[in-house]
Amino acid sequence: MIKLFKKMLFLTIPLVTVACSQQTSYSKGVYMLIDTSGTYTKELTQAQRIINFTLAKINPGDTFVVARVDTGSFSEKDIVQKQTFEDRPSMANQQKRLFREGINNFIEEVKPSAYTDITGGMLQAVEYMNEAKSGVKTILIFSDLKEEIQAGYNRDIPINLEGYRVIAINVTKLRSDNIDPVEYLDRLDKWRNKVESGGGEWQVINDLERLEPIFSS
Amino acid sequence: MSADIFMIVPSPFFSGLIWLIAIVVSLYLARTPAHYSIRALSRVIHNAMRLSAHSIMHAEKQLQQRNKEVLLAQGREASERIIEREFDRIETSVRRDLAEYPAIHRILSDEISHIDEDYKNSIEVPPNPPGWVKAVEAVAKIPSKGDPVVADILGDIHGSLVKANEKTLDEYRVSNQARHNHLKNMMPHWRKVLSLLNQVEKHVSNLFSRSVSIDRHMNEYEGILKRTDRSEQMLSSSSMTQFFISGLVLAIAVGGAVINFHLIARPLSEMVGGTSHIAGFQINTVAALVIILLEIAMGLFFMETMRITRLFPIIGALNDKVRIRMAVVFITILTFLAGIEASLAFMRELLMEEDAATRAILRGDNVSIVAQSSYLWITTAAQMGMGFILPFALMFVAIPLESFIHSMRTVIGVITVGLLRIIEWGLRLGGDVVRFMGNALIQLYDFIIFAPLWIETMIRHKQDQLGPLSHESPKE
Repeated sequence: MIKLFKKMLFLTIPLVTVACSQQTSYSKGVYMLIDTSGTYTKELTQAQRIINFTLAKINPGDTFVVARVDTGSFSEKDIVQKQTFEDRPSMANQQKRLFREGINNFIEEVKPSAYTDITGGMLQAVEYMNEAKSGVKTILIFSDLKEEIQAGYNRDIPINLEGYRVIAINVTKLRSDNIDPVEYLDRLDKWRNKVESGGGEWQVINDLERLEPIFSS
Repeated sequence: MSADIFMIVPSPFFSGLIWLIAIVVSLYLARTPAHYSIRALSRVIHNAMRLSAHSIMHAEKQLQQRNKEVLLAQGREASERIIEREFDRIETSVRRDLAEYPAIHRILSDEISHIDEDYKNSIEVPPNPPGWVKAVEAVAKIPSKGDPVVADILGDIHGSLVKANEKTLDEYRVSNQARHNHLKNMMPHWRKVLSLLNQVEKHVSNLFSRSVSIDRHMNEYEGILKRTDRSEQMLSSSSMTQFFISGLVLAIAVGGAVINFHLIARPLSEMVGGTSHIAGFQINTVAALVIILLEIAMGLFFMETMRITRLFPIIGALNDKVRIRMAVVFITILTFLAGIEASLAFMRELLMEEDAATRAILRGDNVSIVAQSSYLWITTAAQMGMGFILPFALMFVAIPLESFIHSMRTVIGVITVGLLRIIEWGLRLGGDVVRFMGNALIQLYDFIIFAPLWIETMIRHKQDQLGPLSHESPKE
């Protein structure tokens, strides 16, 4: 009987150890890049709406970062708000309210930037999210995807997007797109290729009434 | 390339023909050993399957026997419990009623002596005629002879006599009224006696009905001890019914547990956090599950200490003092857990309100409209009530659980017997099929080599025709 008990103990201990030492992360990480260049700043109220939707959907333990896309976006300074929400739901709710206030202040005070460094913003997003070690990683790009890099900036860099979902939201058509729609389609294809060649998953959501796919895994 | 190997001559047809002839001839030459092999193989498989079927049949019989033993043992135990309880009730009843009996007896004696006294008092005594009546009678017989003095005297006497009679009659009436009153006084005593006798009759008939019930249970118990088929069938049927009924009740209890789980899982994330995981499950859900299981365990132990269920014989065998103490401890823990659940249910409502307010802020709605609702207290109270009551409701799971576990042994036994029977039938069928397949294969084998066989038959036929000569020649 004692031998049997010992055997069971030997079998149980490794099982429990394996079960407890599982490092699977179940949290979500959402990094939102907001284009603040030129005329796109008019769209920022829509961005606010998406942020509020994300805040409503996000759970305790998840990470949410909002960063602006400007001339040089590969910088921590461009992070507008960042928060890994507390385990406790009541605390998380308070943090959500503060987050929202921060975003409101930013949108009121934001000034348009001259250039649009989306790639730099994505690099920053990947760097941040890799550190945050979220389970499901999503990068939201709120932009018309028209990238304009200042002279001297090198952005011809492959980005490792393995395990990332990149969702372009509200990709507005520019005046030139209306003249030649191929330009718009080429722009989307370029970003799709960039993301998919980096191992990521690409998606476009232009209908802001249907934002649920952001949180569908 | 591989097909070329089979090309003996350039023409595929002739090559095929040559191959066919070669195969047929080979098969013909190997006919006897091939038949023997096929027959032996089919027989081996057939025998193996029959042997397996036989051993399974043996196992099935053993299992049936074991099922019977289990069923009868459970039935015996259940009957013993019922009879024991019936005797306990009778003992309680007898003790209570017999304890009352001296008092009833005394009351009855008192009542009877009262009645006796009243009866004596109510006996009618005829009024005695006054003593001077005879003297008056004698005077009244004196002839008056027309003497007015005598007539006056007689008249006076008559008057006195009438007065005396009236007085006596009044006295008689008064005494009669007194007797009637005595008789009237007897009424409540009679009624009380009647009531006491009814009470005694009730006790006696109660005892009688219990003794009838014990007789019935004793008959069943005797049947179980004698291992009669009727008892076995009755127990088996009862076991199946118990299994399904207790299964249904357990399913209802599981529903209750699920509701309970949802009541406390969310607020528990406020205490233990909701982001950590154990074996893929959120820690707050695990904690909620543990609390519910603890409640069920406490309820189970409580029922066990109260001797309502008998899943743990050790608890049942404890002395009464320890048992009762344990019962108090278990019910206290359960009440404490129920209190925690009620608090968690309250917290759940607060969290939901806060969530709703946060969502409203994020949507840009008016928060005060969301937060202030005059009916919110109803849901809060309902949740708290459910949180407090459900643990106690789950406590009673112990009863169907015990029935389920006990009846499950029988049901599993019956199902296993059924499965073994199917396997046995399959093996027997398989064995027979293999045997007939062997015979069919032999026939097929002969069909393939029908040409050489036909030639052989022809040759034999000819030999038979030439038979006497060919057979005799060697002898000669």
